Amino acid sequence: MKYESQRVAMPYFIFALVLFAGQIVFGLVLGMQYVVGDFLFPEIPFNVARMVHTNLLIVWLLFGFMGATYYLVPEEAQTELYSPLLAWILFWVFAVAGTLTILGYLFVDYATLADITMNKLLPTMGREFLEQPTVTKIGIALVVVGFLFNIMMTALKGRKTVVNIVLITGLIGLAVLWLFSFYNPSNLTTDKYFWWFVVHLWVEGVWELIMAAILAYVLIKLTGVDREVIEKWLYVIIAMALITGIIGTGHHFFWIGPPEYWLWLGSVFSALEPLPFFMMVLFAFTMINRRKRNHPNKAAILWAMGTAVMAFLGAGVWGFLHTLAPINYYTHGTQLTAAHGHMAFYGAYVMIVLTIISYAVPIMRGRPYGNSNTAQVVEMWGFWLMTISMVFITLFLTGAGILQIWLQRIPDSGEALSFMATQDNIALFYWARMIAGCFFMAGLVVYFGSFFIKGQASFDEEVRGATIQDA
Amino acid sequence: MAERFTKSMARNIYLGGSTFFILLFLVLTFDTQSRAMPERDNRDQLTEEVVRGKHVWENNNCVGCHSIMGEGAYFAPELANVFDRRGGGNSEVFKAYMNAWMNAMPTNVPGRRQMPNFNLTDQQINDLSEFLEWTSKVDDNGWPPNIEG
Repeated sequence: MKYESQRVAMPYFIFALVLFAGQIVFGLVLGMQYVVGDFLFPEIPFNVARMVHTNLLIVWLLFGFMGATYYLVPEEAQTELYSPLLAWILFWVFAVAGTLTILGYLFVDYATLADITMNKLLPTMGREFLEQPTVTKIGIALVVVGFLFNIMMTALKGRKTVVNIVLITGLIGLAVLWLFSFYNPSNLTTDKYFWWFVVHLWVEGVWELIMAAILAYVLIKLTGVDREVIEKWLYVIIAMALITGIIGTGHHFFWIGPPEYWLWLGSVFSALEPLPFFMMVLFAFTMINRRKRNHPNKAAILWAMGTAVMAFLGAGVWGFLHTLAPINYYTHGTQLTAAHGHMAFYGAYVMIVLTIISYAVPIMRGRPYGNSNTAQVVEMWGFWLMTISMVFITLFLTGAGILQIWLQRIPDSGEALSFMATQDNIALFYWARMIAGCFFMAGLVVYFGSFFIKGQASFDEEVRGATIQDA
Repeated sequence: MAERFTKSMARNIYLGGSTFFILLFLVLTFDTQSRAMPERDNRDQLTEEVVRGKHVWENNNCVGCHSIMGEGAYFAPELANVFDRRGGGNSEVFKAYMNAWMNAMPTNVPGRRQMPNFNLTDQQINDLSEFLEWTSKVDDNGWPPNIEG
């Protein structure tokens, strides 16, 4: 850590991990409700648990992105953060607002929550992932604006690197697209169309810029490969992401009202969406092969390779499986969608945040070359347990999805099984998913445990070939 | 990557490519919204009841369990075509069904998935039914494949 103000990333990372744990707890509740329908009913109905599960995910990833940004932007710009105080204030505002919103979901009936937060004045609630009360949405917008101000003032007064430029471009995109969450027309089809401007253009657009920039930063630090080379890769990856991903939004427009030309546009462009993720795999592995130093933080290297591979599998391969319109006609809105969603979010965004945490947190704790070997071994156990569990969660949901399509979607009306009858028929897969979910929880506990293992910190790194400046 | 392919070439592909596709996306959005959709979504039939029904749908977080046009949660049945599935395409039949259904919740059958009782008024149930009927008539390229949604 070169600048004292980078330390403000720490509370963001810690709070992100706390919310992550909450997300997994509610994931287990949901998994249970899939097999024992009245589990925790009426205290926590499925819709409440799901809202908590998905909203915690979104919020903790935002905390993770902000932590990553506060950590890496000053170092890239070679200057202290413009205002650490503002970063701290925004941390508390966001943490309190986020917590209150989650408590509101859990302890207040949703219709009442809409009522007391005066949703009527500007109705934005009750849409998937955008369930937050309007006042929370405004709060998120303000926090992000303050955050962007702080970051841009920092970046502008220092060195302008490609990593910073790409990261900040992604964050600005995130903020601008968030504004569409306030647009909720009475016409459901228009509502859905612009809802995707937030949801798709975040995760298959600007978030990829954020992910690629964080990955590039970590690879520069861990491998010592020349910045010029890494920046060139970064540009190619984000070019691919936006060239395929923007029109790729069309794969969501197949069955919600827009005209037929989206069947073609959405299919063709989204079929190319795996490309940027595939390039990230090549990027990570090539840079690590060409490394100029053997950084002793092996765990961080594992996360960096892991996020590239899992993002490619989850977002790329599992996305491609059902993105072509003739296939999507049968798979749309089945458990196959859920399978894809789980592995894509875990691989791309959970793991990139855990990558930067794995790299940066030891440094902030005074261990510039990473945690002790024991702590790293435990962290890597956490990595494998969570990652393999997620692979199984995805495979079981894929099995459930394929059966669901077979029983409920493919037969003609009259012969097809009803939704609920189908669910009964695929319960075995839900049980298997539940078991895999418990292993994921175990992996999370092991991962958390690694933070509390002391022992001798890693020694100085071994530099391969000529010493290079850490630029 | 070969040395011939420089960083500034990569940057130009990024800037040029993303600018072009953002503009194309805006043009397509304009065409979709202003030309194509009005013919497909029956917006002339967006009555006050339908609009209120959408708010009932939202204020009770229906999408937290159900899907509508395939979007939402996958815990409970698809509802974009429930008007056809449960109402047989007849408004009166559908409203009677909706009234009976909403008031019978939760079933409290042990081990079964439970739908809460949202304590909707008769008017809210009527509005919600209108909203679902309107939704079922949107031209969505023939989705879902069959009546089960």
